[in-house]
Amino acid sequence: MENFNYHRPATVNAAAALLKKSKGGSYLAGGHTLLPTMKQGLASPSDIIDLTAIKGFSGITVTKSAVVIKAGTAHMDVVTSAAVKKAIPALSEMAGKIGDVHVRQKGTIGGSIANSDPAADYPSACVGLGATIITNKRKIPADSFFTGMFQTALKDGEIITAVSFPIPKKSSHQKFPNPASRYALVGVFVAQDAAGKVRVAVTGAGPKVFRVPEMEAALTKNFAVSALAGIAAKAKGLNQDMHATAEYRAHLIGVLTRRAVEAAK
Amino acid sequence: MPAISMKVNGKAVSGNVENRTLLVDFIRTNLGLTGTHVGCDTSQCGACVVHIDGKAVKSCTTLAVACEGAEVTTIEGIAKNGKLHPMQQAFHENHGLQCGFCTPGMIMASIDIVKRNGKKVSEEVIRRELSGNICRCTGYHNIVAAVQSAAEKM
Amino acid sequence: MSDTGIGARVLRKEDKRFITGKGQYTDDINLKDQTYAYFVRSPHAHATIKSINTAKAKKMPGVVDVFTSKEVEEDKIGGLICGWMIHSKDGSAMKAGPHPILASGKVRFVGDQVAVVIAETREQAKAAAEAVVVSYGVLPHNVDAAEAMKTKAQVHDVAPDNRVFNWSIGDEAATDAAFKTAAHVTKLDIINNRLIPNAIETRAAIGSYDTGSEHYTLYTTSQNPHVARLVISAFHGLAPEHKLRVIAPDVGGGFGSKIFIYGEEVTCVWASKRIGGRPVKWTADRSEAFLCDAHGRDHVSHAELAMDAQGKITGLKVHTIAAMGAYLSTLGSVIPTYLYAILLSGQYNIPNIYAEVDAVYTNTAPVDAYRGAGRPEAAYLVERIVETAARELKIDPAEFRRRNFITQFPHQTPVILAYDVGDYGATLDKALELAEYSSFPARKAASAKNGKLRGVGFSAYIEACGLAPSQAVGSLGAGVGQWESAEVRVNPVGSVEVLTGSHSHGQGHETTFAQLVSDRLGIDINNVSIVHGDTDKVQFGMGTYGSRSGAVGMTAISKALDKIEAKAKKVAAAVMEASTEDIDFKDGTFTVKGTDKKMAFGEVALASYLGHKFNTAEIEVGLKETSFHDPSNFVFPAGVHICEVEVDPDTGLTKIVSYTAVDDFGTIINPMIVEGQVQGGVAQGIGQALYEGCTYDKESGQLLTGSYMDYNMPKARNMPLIENFKLGFTVTKCPSNPLGMKGCGEAGAIAAPPAVINAITNAIGVREIAMPATPLTVWNAMQPMKRAAE
Repeated sequence: MENFNYHRPATVNAAAALLKKSKGGSYLAGGHTLLPTMKQGLASPSDIIDLTAIKGFSGITVTKSAVVIKAGTAHMDVVTSAAVKKAIPALSEMAGKIGDVHVRQKGTIGGSIANSDPAADYPSACVGLGATIITNKRKIPADSFFTGMFQTALKDGEIITAVSFPIPKKSSHQKFPNPASRYALVGVFVAQDAAGKVRVAVTGAGPKVFRVPEMEAALTKNFAVSALAGIAAKAKGLNQDMHATAEYRAHLIGVLTRRAVEAAK
Repeated sequence: MPAISMKVNGKAVSGNVENRTLLVDFIRTNLGLTGTHVGCDTSQCGACVVHIDGKAVKSCTTLAVACEGAEVTTIEGIAKNGKLHPMQQAFHENHGLQCGFCTPGMIMASIDIVKRNGKKVSEEVIRRELSGNICRCTGYHNIVAAVQSAAEKM
Repeated sequence: MSDTGIGARVLRKEDKRFITGKGQYTDDINLKDQTYAYFVRSPHAHATIKSINTAKAKKMPGVVDVFTSKEVEEDKIGGLICGWMIHSKDGSAMKAGPHPILASGKVRFVGDQVAVVIAETREQAKAAAEAVVVSYGVLPHNVDAAEAMKTKAQVHDVAPDNRVFNWSIGDEAATDAAFKTAAHVTKLDIINNRLIPNAIETRAAIGSYDTGSEHYTLYTTSQNPHVARLVISAFHGLAPEHKLRVIAPDVGGGFGSKIFIYGEEVTCVWASKRIGGRPVKWTADRSEAFLCDAHGRDHVSHAELAMDAQGKITGLKVHTIAAMGAYLSTLGSVIPTYLYAILLSGQYNIPNIYAEVDAVYTNTAPVDAYRGAGRPEAAYLVERIVETAARELKIDPAEFRRRNFITQFPHQTPVILAYDVGDYGATLDKALELAEYSSFPARKAASAKNGKLRGVGFSAYIEACGLAPSQAVGSLGAGVGQWESAEVRVNPVGSVEVLTGSHSHGQGHETTFAQLVSDRLGIDINNVSIVHGDTDKVQFGMGTYGSRSGAVGMTAISKALDKIEAKAKKVAAAVMEASTEDIDFKDGTFTVKGTDKKMAFGEVALASYLGHKFNTAEIEVGLKETSFHDPSNFVFPAGVHICEVEVDPDTGLTKIVSYTAVDDFGTIINPMIVEGQVQGGVAQGIGQALYEGCTYDKESGQLLTGSYMDYNMPKARNMPLIENFKLGFTVTKCPSNPLGMKGCGEAGAIAAPPAVINAITNAIGVREIAMPATPLTVWNAMQPMKRAAE
């Protein structure tokens, strides 16, 4: 890969300033998206701003109502956190399905959602739980955060600092991975909040994470597999590649949503 | 070319690298420790796995400059005073290697699996957690047996 | 059996360096003053090369030089060769297009090398490679073997219809007659999917020319360094053999892909001299390995099986289109002919067989041997059509096979091969028992309760390996013999070094070969060293592939040991003042019959080198013997594998819930090593059946599965649990070598794919399904039945 200037700022503001100053810089957290992309020659940032030295950039706090995960927290820490396992077990399990164990030691929640890969897992948890993405400038609801394929609502100078997940009554994450890459061919996060409202968030199947309103309405009325009878996701507009057709993905959305409802806890 | 320093296998080392130099290249070229291997370019095969500050990580997806001050352990550093680590011994006793190319990364990953999961780690967990290490020779059968065997002695 | 002799589970002597990170693979080696090579490769599947501008690249930092075919032709370096001549039915020779080491005039597949940059560092070479400007004239391409003879995209001038040869074997008229009177005919279209070998160590080479001695050295990731030296010196005109040393150090897996002589290592050797005598090192990226290593399989076949009313097979008719890729690789022509069609009888007594093979050029990577090399393609075809026929006739698949097994040996098949020994019924019996076949219905019902479809599939494979009798292969078009060599050097203090022409890249020869020596000479296995991989040390050898190192390599050692024993007996007789006929040798000790005189092997060794106690005019001093063993026949490992799968009907996901492999390998030297070979081979076979699919895009000619992100390698979680993977062995000793050995290295990869696919088709109730049977493929296959049921 091409060479670059390397920085290791101690604060978020310093990081944002360095990026602004650079000709075409990138943030680096876990590096397991950026570095492979650079190795393939698909990215060559002028500057790399390493966020991992920022004080207090990682950590998990669990309150009565929310699980707050700081942006620099590695997936492995979410997997092994007893507090997260107790509050939102589906979130902890989901983090354990990202990549492989070595990737999980370095990959971060901030890096994952800032990237908005259509086949990533965290976007489904964010939208499925109705999370709030907290940046150094504002709070963004998950529903407005993921705007397109590899696109987010983040503005210039904004860095994600944490993600706050409201604790649901019950939830589940079901994933059918691309067996080669381990990314989601289809991933579904289903959650029922304290008021009984249900969200169904899907990654892997479309150009970005999306919700399935018909399924949400039916499950809100009755949180049971039988409520989904006769409701099928539509294949139109879904991703199509050598590993899965749009039709197959539509079918898997149904399968995984049903399994999520059965497994929700 | 910035200078970096870190501890590798317990010894303080330093060198001049480019910012883009990967940790695996620093280890193999600057330090001449060629036990850690490169097997792919998509961060999937695990032949490059080392321990950084106690965690098993792919050294091909880590910048050397980002390891300033870190403690790195490679395959060359796990035997103590000429005595093989139980995982190395287990791979030998269970015929857990054939061509040997994936073996250093496989051993480093396996040590980490046992560390995190404990002595009674199940076969299912071992197989799942070896997802980040590809072997073309053994079919994994004896590797899994080796990990289970070593777990009891670690 | 001692605990380090034949049959013992001896732990491997070579492990220490690998488990401590002290292996010496080619990329680990660095020579003084070395430069680095990076190849410029074609982005097009088929194009003319209009011009190559290297001016900018040559000026970039660290660049030593940049070469194209212009310099290659200046130095009159020869092209890469295919070493096996195949003739078509009409008698014409195969149409071998030129294969220069750097493309000349045309590129023929994505990845075809067009230029090479030599620079001080790898990064500098790579950066300069991007500055080489190649102007291409894009041509129509074809990546599909089935379309090759119909397409306008002509890959080579010498083959207007892209057909390399149209070859046949067997009696067409007799076979057609059998079909006319058949009570039942089963027809099947079969695709054997293209695979990419993916040894975890990618190919690498260091070429080094010494201007003082005018001597070349090549380090190369090769399964056969002597063959590399022979080919490079004979056909490339770089150096005569005596001025070229080839070293294949530790090699990280080959599976066939490292047999061939590729353009990259030849370029490194040549470039090293051209740049004034500095080493040139090249290591492939994984992406390059995907693009440019020889691929495997890629057959499109139609098969028909004729049977009588009792389900006895009376005839087999096969037509195969075999992809050769863009160029004929070193052994490409023999894979779909003499390593394929001669196995079409399987384990069955089939009186009439006719097969026709059209080998075709496609704009893809060259296709050549990959674990099994032709035999997996044969086993897949035979075992799929046999299972399909059994199902059509509603006969239990094990019973159908048993009805057709060959039971009298030797058995002459209609396709050249005569099988020497075997007991297929015994292997089947043992497999049925180990797999608990009789209780399959109960397991199927239990799976159904859990919402899963359970299926069982058989594979009764046979293969021909232990390559090969030289006269036989020579008469069939081989450019080389297929013997093996061994030099046994006994050192004065009694330790032994064996210099073998075999090469070990995972097979454990340093242990198994030493077991043989230890067993025969009665010496401590730690006093035996096995030397391989260096043409300066081992005079000549044919290398390791085709499951030959046991049957052929170890027989060469055995014969050399015979000579050692004979010579040692003479020395012992002289020293103990007896006649040679009265000398016995057992458990490492020479004794004189009827006396208590004895000498240990070590003592005799020392005496041989002292020459004090015998007439050195009659008995030469020293104790060192060589043997070149040319096998008199192929060997025929055979077995029965039984696979049980569970398919999730909701997703099409297939899990292998149990796998049973019973194999007859004849004498087993080290069961631990043999089990490892079976486990590894089965994993690759499962990979072919369920996971691995090399896909080229029809529209663009690009390799879509160009990395591990899309090419799915089997992982630990994909293989059956330890308790569910059962191995068993039956033994019919091979009569054509003194050890009674067959070969075991490829059997798993040959046997597994049909076992898995037969199990899946059984589970979901379809007749056919493509490999790899991915969840999408399985789910799609189930939809028509679902719709019909609704």
